[in-house]
Amino acid sequence: MMDFGSYHDLLDLYASYAATVDSADWENWPEFFLDDGTYRLQPRENHDRGLPLCLLALESKAMIRDRVYGVKETMYHDPYYQRHIVGTPRVLSVRLEGRREIFEAEANYLVVRTKRDGVTEVFNAGYYRDVIVRTGEGLKFKSRLCVYDTEMIPNSLIYPI
Amino acid sequence: MENTSEVFPSDPTWSEEGSSRVPFWAYTREDLYKRELERLFYKGHWCYVGLEVEVPEPGDFKRTVVGERSVIMTRSTDGEIHVVENVCKHRGMRFCREKHGKAKELLCPYHQWSYALNGDLQGVPFRRGVKREGKVNGGMPADFNPADHGLTKLKVARRNGVVFASFDHDVEPFEEFLGPTILSYFDRVFDGRKLVLLGYRRQRIPGNWKLMQENIKDPYHPGLLHTWFSTFGLWRADNQSELKMDAHKRHAAMISTRGQGGKVEEVVTGLDSFKETMTVNDKRLLDIVHEDWWGKPTAVMTTIFPSVIIQQQVNSVSTRHIQPNGHGSFDFVWTHFGFADDTPEMHQRRLIQANLFGPAGFVSADDGEVIEWSQEGFEQNPSQKTLVEMGGRDTEDSPHMVTETLIRGMYAYWRRVMGE
Repeated sequence: MMDFGSYHDLLDLYASYAATVDSADWENWPEFFLDDGTYRLQPRENHDRGLPLCLLALESKAMIRDRVYGVKETMYHDPYYQRHIVGTPRVLSVRLEGRREIFEAEANYLVVRTKRDGVTEVFNAGYYRDVIVRTGEGLKFKSRLCVYDTEMIPNSLIYPI
Repeated sequence: MENTSEVFPSDPTWSEEGSSRVPFWAYTREDLYKRELERLFYKGHWCYVGLEVEVPEPGDFKRTVVGERSVIMTRSTDGEIHVVENVCKHRGMRFCREKHGKAKELLCPYHQWSYALNGDLQGVPFRRGVKREGKVNGGMPADFNPADHGLTKLKVARRNGVVFASFDHDVEPFEEFLGPTILSYFDRVFDGRKLVLLGYRRQRIPGNWKLMQENIKDPYHPGLLHTWFSTFGLWRADNQSELKMDAHKRHAAMISTRGQGGKVEEVVTGLDSFKETMTVNDKRLLDIVHEDWWGKPTAVMTTIFPSVIIQQQVNSVSTRHIQPNGHGSFDFVWTHFGFADDTPEMHQRRLIQANLFGPAGFVSADDGEVIEWSQEGFEQNPSQKTLVEMGGRDTEDSPHMVTETLIRGMYAYWRRVMGE
């Protein structure tokens, strides 16, 4: 059971993350992760069949920073806005590791994409499955796994989900 | 005389000799696209369907496509691999809906017709009618012979764990279809070692399917469009390279050996994509370990016309299946794999280097984007032509990569087969 204060912190983490990736504030995206934190974006078919391949498998905060550089500087792409609609998180477990508080939680998400000349379209739907650690600087992701139903990517996916 | 004022010519012809100017209408005409399905995907060619490791056990099946036609690859109890069309012979239903699975038989739910895993029709409910009050009602006509109504069976070729199929039972043997040069690059990756399936990535690219073949027959772009290739020397104009084709010039291999990267004025000056001071924060993204089976080249990209690309880019290996759906769109399905004798470190390395490829890849995401933009350019004025003249107008093999010879070779073949 999680107390209300912790649940509030969790809601704030999810809301802040969505606000960051929706406002093209790419530089701040890695700051949601521990140094050894991981970000994985995986099609549901691979996840459900136990196949390890991800669309993106960023294995550290440093690698997440490399992705930021790619998004900002190296990947030619059609620019677009994205907007995340994140469902209410469901807490799966709360535990202590030493004195560190660790939560496991998940939440559904929907990302819509709007290109400069286009109408808004559903871009990616799935769920987050997270391991979250309380640190001196607030809650951070030990791991964020995004499992997406939208296995057929509409051409390419550039920005973080 | 070319009528430049006519944007949508009604009966366009390919007026020039050769294949260095490709009309935009080659990518926009629905009638041509249907002819491509007939002549390239359904006749005279082998198309990729999958890896044997995707159906390891008897009863396993995978649903995929040849061109636009839905097919099922199955493994029967005797270990054979079959490819059958996913259309029931009764009322034409595309009955198999799962992407993969395990089954004892193939069942069309509508009237419960069932087929063996090799496609033979084995069960037709009420075939001999239904008895009621001493009378037999209905039933199939006396001359109904189940042997005549099996699922459409494709000819199957298996080579070292890879499965190709053809609706054309008169197609030449697979090895002859590839020809000795391309076969040797095929065997370089698939030499009979046991494969390990790592998983899939799928993307729908709003462009003509040929653009993806061209993308991997175009060694001019990688060191220009792709920062990771130009900056780190993974694929660049100053790399030692060779371009080779089969005798028909439909298939090709782009063979390259990685250079040191860095600032070589001649190949990076003025490039927006070259980032002189760029380094990776997590070195595992470029933790390249030479594998004995590579030989000297660090990358070989093989295009097998019309349906598949075999990727070996450093430690990342995959098949990329082209699945056309209309003249202006195709699905691109990446199947990444490793080898059964990979160490745990190599397994992990392949998964991390996979970040460079696929619909979100540091390198490959750009390819889908530029294909979309090309198609947009073609659609707005199909009377124009592309200019494919880097390195000349010939269609010969090349000892360097500053050329578009492979694209010209493909269109020389396309013109012959398509009669354009």
